[in-house]
Amino acid sequence: MSDLRELYQQTILDHTRKPRNFRQMPDANRAADGHNPLCGDKLKLFLKIDDQGVIADISFVGAGCAISTASASMMTEFLRGRRVVEVAGLFEKFHDMVTRPLEAQPEAAALGKLAVFAGVREFPVRVKCATLPWHTLQAAIKKDQAPVSTE
Amino acid sequence: MSTSISKRPRRAGRSAAAPPPGAFNPAALRADFPLLQTTVHGQPLVYLDNAATSQKPQAVLAALLRYYSNLNANIHRGIYQLSAAATAAYENAREKAAQFIQAPSAREIVFVRGSTEAINLVAASWGPAHVQAGDEIILSEMEHHSNIVPWQLLSQRTGSRLRVLPITDAGELRLDELENLFTPRTRLLAITHISNALGTVNPVKQIVSLAHARGVPVLVDGAQSAPHLPVNVRDIDCDFFVFSGHKMCGPTGIGVLWARGEILQAMEPYQGGGDMISSVTFEKSTWNETPHKFEAGTPNIAGAIGLGAAIDYLTGIGMEQIERYEHELLAYTREKLSAIGSLRLIGTAKDRAAVLSFVMDGVHPHDIGAIVDGEGVAIRTGHHCCQPVMDHFHIPATARVSLAFYNTRQDIDRLAAAIEKVKEVFA
Repeated sequence: MSDLRELYQQTILDHTRKPRNFRQMPDANRAADGHNPLCGDKLKLFLKIDDQGVIADISFVGAGCAISTASASMMTEFLRGRRVVEVAGLFEKFHDMVTRPLEAQPEAAALGKLAVFAGVREFPVRVKCATLPWHTLQAAIKKDQAPVSTE
Repeated sequence: MSTSISKRPRRAGRSAAAPPPGAFNPAALRADFPLLQTTVHGQPLVYLDNAATSQKPQAVLAALLRYYSNLNANIHRGIYQLSAAATAAYENAREKAAQFIQAPSAREIVFVRGSTEAINLVAASWGPAHVQAGDEIILSEMEHHSNIVPWQLLSQRTGSRLRVLPITDAGELRLDELENLFTPRTRLLAITHISNALGTVNPVKQIVSLAHARGVPVLVDGAQSAPHLPVNVRDIDCDFFVFSGHKMCGPTGIGVLWARGEILQAMEPYQGGGDMISSVTFEKSTWNETPHKFEAGTPNIAGAIGLGAAIDYLTGIGMEQIERYEHELLAYTREKLSAIGSLRLIGTAKDRAAVLSFVMDGVHPHDIGAIVDGEGVAIRTGHHCCQPVMDHFHIPATARVSLAFYNTRQDIDRLAAAIEKVKEVFA
């Protein structure tokens, strides 16, 4: 069970039980659906991006496993107020954290609280759960490329 | 996540509590399965995902090795002794498959990759000859995707449509609705024998009788029934029956389509190639006899022989014995799981076999699967290729325990203890 305790950290379980920013957003200007057919995770992500390219609001709804729910919850907390142009770089760091060995991650510190997902790297089948909200976020951002760009 | 092989001592042989010789003894049968002797996460493996695929006994592994070591040659081609021997072994496996489901003739047994390919074969070959625009095919709400999608493809090609027999909240077919679904345009009824997601055993004989009264042929998906109970296609009286080798102790990549002889005779080939022809010129080819007409190219010879060995192994134990024992073990599993608070069983049909699906309050099935895996217990979580069933119960997924005759009460006790861990983590 020691590895599993690494995966199911208290912070993660707390976000699973009480997901933050778990709500519809009728006035969102970006939205996308994410689906992980392996475990049936489904989520819908909402974004409100302002004229300066800042994520003014972000929320999600859906049903997923503990890892995907907590990942979505913590991602929304982490990204509110950040610029859309930062997202691609942050996702790359997050992706590296959950897939690559510890020593190959000089930049993990930039992820702050999201570091609790580092335990996912021991469970390759759960990588999709942890990254589903991020993939969905990218889809939401790319859907309308006019005012903002991740480049 | 590594799986290591470590020989564990067999359960003490002839203790006072040992069953008498000849009696059904799952603990002894386990010794026939090398993979059941392995450990996962440092714990002896408890394998409870048999509806996905079964483990393989030594007898099947030995048959594969023997074939490749002593018998390997292409079939139906060589004049030399080795090819003749390989052909005989392959055709002998066909005889065994026919006997296993009480088919009238081995010539009605077509070897395919599995149940999925068998259904696709029927949809692709029989389908266009019998199903036209405006025609209808009846399926049930509890079908596996492999008994939905091939018919959808056929419908798209032909302009026909699917009609769906609903299920109750217990996971039983709404047979009272069946009468309303039959129309003069009904061309086929395709139904699963046992639901892979719910464990429901459907009254296929009764369904066939209702369908035949209206002149509608019936395909029975036996992927989940062939491994768990005696099958007699003459008694069921269906027109097509399909099953997979790998779910019944055989190798992957081999399965069976059985169809009535006259239906197979009338069907066009599924794929073209060697062995399925009688003569070929650039102007015209003529087809080989059934079943060879449907077996283009070099088939899975080793797989068929392995399936034959699996059938010998299962019939050696006795399908009636297997059915009876699994029924008892399912009752025990149900009792054990029902005693766990916050756990809810999905599918409570009266007639059930081998499969038990459940959900837990506040815990996604994927997390249940991950945590019990940490305890060495392998179960399936997800939609089990039955998204319409999940939709019926308004759930994204279930955790599913599926049994085989080599599972024991100790396995179920380990499962129950592992589920207690799930509760601990999510407490």
